[in-house]
Amino acid sequence: MNAVSRFLDSDFVYQFWRNPVAVISAAIVLVVVVGAVFAPILAPHNPFDLVSLDLMDSLKPPAFTAEGDPHFLLGTDDQGRDVLSGIMYGTRISLLVAVLAIGFSLVVGIGVGLLAGYAGGAVDAFLMRVVDVQLTFPSILIALLVDGVVRAALPRSMQEQLEIYVIVFAIGISRWPQFARTIRGSTMVERQRDYVMAAKVIGLSSGRIMLTHILPNVMGPVLVIATLNLGLAILDEATLSFLGVGLPPTQPSLGTLIRIGNNFLFSGEWWITIFPGVTLAAMVLSINLLGDWLRDALNPRLR
Amino acid sequence: MALLEVDRLVVEFPGRRGTLRALDEISFSIEPGEVLGVVGESGAGKSLTGAAIIGLLEPPGRVASGQIRLEGTRIDRFTDAQMRPIRGRRIGAIFQDPLTTLDPLVSVGKQLVETMQTHLKLSDRDARARAVGWLEQVGIPAAAERVGAYPHQFSGGMRQRVVIALALCAEPKLVIADEPTTALDVSIQAQIIALLRRLTTDHGTSVMLVTHDMGVIAETADRVAVMYAGRIAEIGPVRDVVLHPSHPYTEGLMGSIPQLEHRVERLRQIDGAMPRLTAIPPGCAFNPRCGRVLERCRVDRPDLLARGTTLAACWNMVPMDDVT
Repeated sequence: MNAVSRFLDSDFVYQFWRNPVAVISAAIVLVVVVGAVFAPILAPHNPFDLVSLDLMDSLKPPAFTAEGDPHFLLGTDDQGRDVLSGIMYGTRISLLVAVLAIGFSLVVGIGVGLLAGYAGGAVDAFLMRVVDVQLTFPSILIALLVDGVVRAALPRSMQEQLEIYVIVFAIGISRWPQFARTIRGSTMVERQRDYVMAAKVIGLSSGRIMLTHILPNVMGPVLVIATLNLGLAILDEATLSFLGVGLPPTQPSLGTLIRIGNNFLFSGEWWITIFPGVTLAAMVLSINLLGDWLRDALNPRLR
Repeated sequence: MALLEVDRLVVEFPGRRGTLRALDEISFSIEPGEVLGVVGESGAGKSLTGAAIIGLLEPPGRVASGQIRLEGTRIDRFTDAQMRPIRGRRIGAIFQDPLTTLDPLVSVGKQLVETMQTHLKLSDRDARARAVGWLEQVGIPAAAERVGAYPHQFSGGMRQRVVIALALCAEPKLVIADEPTTALDVSIQAQIIALLRRLTTDHGTSVMLVTHDMGVIAETADRVAVMYAGRIAEIGPVRDVVLHPSHPYTEGLMGSIPQLEHRVERLRQIDGAMPRLTAIPPGCAFNPRCGRVLERCRVDRPDLLARGTTLAACWNMVPMDDVT
């Protein structure tokens, strides 16, 4: 039996299909992710193609309203850009930033957590105090601070192209302590297990034991936290962009779209900000629900 | 030359209320191909001796004095990095509980391959072939198919067979087997011991067999060391120690084994309990429980004294003809 059919036959998949919340959340995430990843192919318009923009199309309401234009399903903004296409491209950037940021957090968190949990003693005490200090600040504050400092440190000419990495770094740095703490806790439990002693007895090095034996055994809870944090990272990015310190309007993420659209909310053009907002909310909610389900599904005690 | 020599080994645990001597001047040696049984009650220091030899004492435990020599080389002062090539390659170990000594997320074949490739220069293909060979040697049916299976797909006895394969696969000279059958069904224990004995004989491996089962020792070991409260009470060829114990404690242990041939109303038992490390009495540690206690035993601690082929730490040894 190959790996795929074994996976499809597993309890995990069975549990999934029996849980409507999980199925609906997964469906929403799937639609949003596919729309974002394949935006260049699927989007009805290209909002970055200045030639195709026509100011005559600006501020058109959604297609389903009385004055709507069937060409623009969710209406257009003040530049005549299609809101739906904007959302698809924006989600692409939001997701990219969030995934990279969480990836970065994971690497740092896993490294610190494994080291602290395995080495124990002074190393553990030092690393965990660093974590404690950082956890006393709200993560968005850390992200804002790091973002501001890194921006100021970079030469102006490089800012534009490195913008996205600055955001990734800022969000990643603000979220690693959670991972480090979780990994450390699980590592301290696993370290006591006989198989770790057995690995020492066959002469494996500490690094090898940590990476090939302990890490796989502590990844379960971390994946759940990573999923939940993915939703939060998307929000972090949106918050930074909304505050105007995130991605520039030339690379609009969902947060940027919401911020720009916000200016039009009170003049009646609600669709420019509401639709990106709804997309953001639906995506983050779905990811969180999926993460919750994952936590329960992977926890044998709740079965 | 002896394969392993342990010379006046002292292991201490510094603590809040002073330093505890968990092992007090333990001396013994293991010859190539020999099986040394180590018996004693829980807490006598049997497992600790094994941990000290392989350099994995749990901190704050430490070797305070004495020497451990492997093929003439002192290894008791080795750093972790120096011990690593020795662990698995020259000294293997088997633990009590096969259910937890295997990594649940790594297939048994991979664990064997990893162990072998850590110590031996083997290609992936060769290592895999050898892994299958080892599983066959330890009696896993359909080894070629099961090499990719995970620990939870094996029964307890089968897992202990895998653990034995793991301990032997890098062909160590010495295997420390720490109560290898305690966690297993009685019906399987004899099989596992027989397997261990057969494989180590085939490969010329010495074994330090730690157990509290005198029956297992009598069947398997060449020599036996009886430990009590962190010291060796008696050590000698297994036949002599079992049939003619010199130390009253050994005699007591022998008396506590049920025997089919002689029907006795009650098994003899040794009164009292082994003293805690914090309260070891002066003189011989066994004196409060000993039936042959002398005045001298309460003040003067006996060293190992020779009698025939055995050594016993006793001022008033059991006479030869006194044994039933």
